Amino acid sequence: MLDFIQQTIGGIALGCVYGLIALGFVLIYKATEVVNFAQGELMMLGAFLSFTFIATLGLNYWLGFALAVVCMAVLGSTMERLVIRPILGYPQFSIVMATIGLGLVVRSLAGMLWGTDDLRIETPFTGGVFKLGGLVIAADSLSIIVATLLLCAVLYWFFRYTKIGIAMQATSQNMLAAYYMGIPVKRIFSLIWAISAMVACIAGVLLAPITLIHANIGFLGLKAFPAAVLGGFSSIPGALVGGIIIGVVETLSGFYLPEGFKDVAAYVVLLVALMVMPQGLFGSRALKKV
Amino acid sequence: MSVEATLDPSAAAPQGPGGPLLKLSNVESYYGPILAIRGISLELARGQIVTVLGANGAGKTTILKTISGVLDPEKGAVELEGRPIQRMAPDRVVRLGISHVPEGREVFPFLSVLDNLRMGAFPRTDRDAVQRDLEKVFGYFPVLKERAHQPAGQLSGGQQQMLAIGRALLARPKVLLLDEPSLGLSPLLVKEIFKIIRRLNDEEGVSMLLVEQNAHIALETAHYGYVLEVGRIVMDGTCRDLMKSDDIQEFYLGMKQDDDRGTRRWKKKKTWR
Repeated sequence: MLDFIQQTIGGIALGCVYGLIALGFVLIYKATEVVNFAQGELMMLGAFLSFTFIATLGLNYWLGFALAVVCMAVLGSTMERLVIRPILGYPQFSIVMATIGLGLVVRSLAGMLWGTDDLRIETPFTGGVFKLGGLVIAADSLSIIVATLLLCAVLYWFFRYTKIGIAMQATSQNMLAAYYMGIPVKRIFSLIWAISAMVACIAGVLLAPITLIHANIGFLGLKAFPAAVLGGFSSIPGALVGGIIIGVVETLSGFYLPEGFKDVAAYVVLLVALMVMPQGLFGSRALKKV
Repeated sequence: MSVEATLDPSAAAPQGPGGPLLKLSNVESYYGPILAIRGISLELARGQIVTVLGANGAGKTTILKTISGVLDPEKGAVELEGRPIQRMAPDRVVRLGISHVPEGREVFPFLSVLDNLRMGAFPRTDRDAVQRDLEKVFGYFPVLKERAHQPAGQLSGGQQQMLAIGRALLARPKVLLLDEPSLGLSPLLVKEIFKIIRRLNDEEGVSMLLVEQNAHIALETAHYGYVLEVGRIVMDGTCRDLMKSDDIQEFYLGMKQDDDRGTRRWKKKKTWR
């Protein structure tokens, strides 16, 4: 039983990271109807940047973290400006291919710049554990869960109560009307990409102590994608819940089932869930659009 | 009565002595590959309501979209207070003082009524004045205040139309572009909406360009009218004159029965340029 709880908490932590990446998919999709397949690579890049700031340059963990997030925000909006905006309005295929290509480019660039070794950063939580009765929880896992909750609260506040956040909701609900209101729709798109890249960066830095940093952690995006679909693809809570479900299922099947199940678990869950609820968990009642 | 005088006392004095507030000269716009309006010239004087009448597909909406910057004209000029605004980004046009109430309302369905209205004031930074204008809009449309916290998608068609107009007013426009405010509403509601439109013009001095299929109510409401047919202006005049015109009575007001329906033509020589 103790094992089960411990594994579940680990799964939730992993799922939070999936959820954050899925959140990036959903934010961009809702606002611009573009599926950004480079989301996982954005996360990887964020992790590498934080490695450079923290391990190579020797900055304080929090300072390096913040710097990486800011850099990724700039990078995200630059990508939107240079790669996506020129082809916005053309068929989905071109945009999807552009984002896949973008991901490949980012991945190989990262390989060239940071090499192919596994990198690690020291976090204030490294090695720390919380003991609760017989339960032992790694501080790393706990930090991910807490950070995800905080981030969600901030995002909720931003989209619900700030003028620019409401304008983003408005743009995603009716782009033409947003133009008529004098909302600078194109700048809003850049901002959405910036926010998605920031969220991805945070996910990457949080994940770093668990999986180490290497050019292939971008592939986690492929596990976050079913999380987004599971949540209905247009719902922010859906993305997080989907992420957590997939994280927990993956961890538990890695622990209890024979080897190999771990990697397909996400897709098995997705297939079963979509057979029962084709619209995704939150798809039909996605009344609160962001 | 000028718009600035009532809505925004701090704004700059109107420029150009007596020039038209909004002027289109020889505007041509394509809608995709189709030339939707050709050689459109029209003027809107300060404090007036000018209407553009025309059947479905005549190009009425295209004119408004060209003015608000959603479509770029191929040729011609759009001037606001003598300043060319064609090919400007839509958000800049709004900041210069043109608000568009689009066809079919286009409210933000999942935002509350209040947030919808606040989005109308998006370019503005004067919070106190926005709050005052909000109260003013609630004065004209009390039902919006009652339902301020409901999602706009739950409003009825008429209420959504009121919301769309109120939302546009919150930008404190010099010119309000109204695209078929009567669309899909019951006759009673149409009357109510147009009564408020007239009041806004009388009391607040909002200048309006009104595009309508419902010629009857449009001619009753506006001061001056243009008639649009397949992308061209074929007739213009004061609404009083237009109402008396045979062609208008026949084709737009349905007051005369036509014997030979197969040969519907304008009796006068078309006056297009």
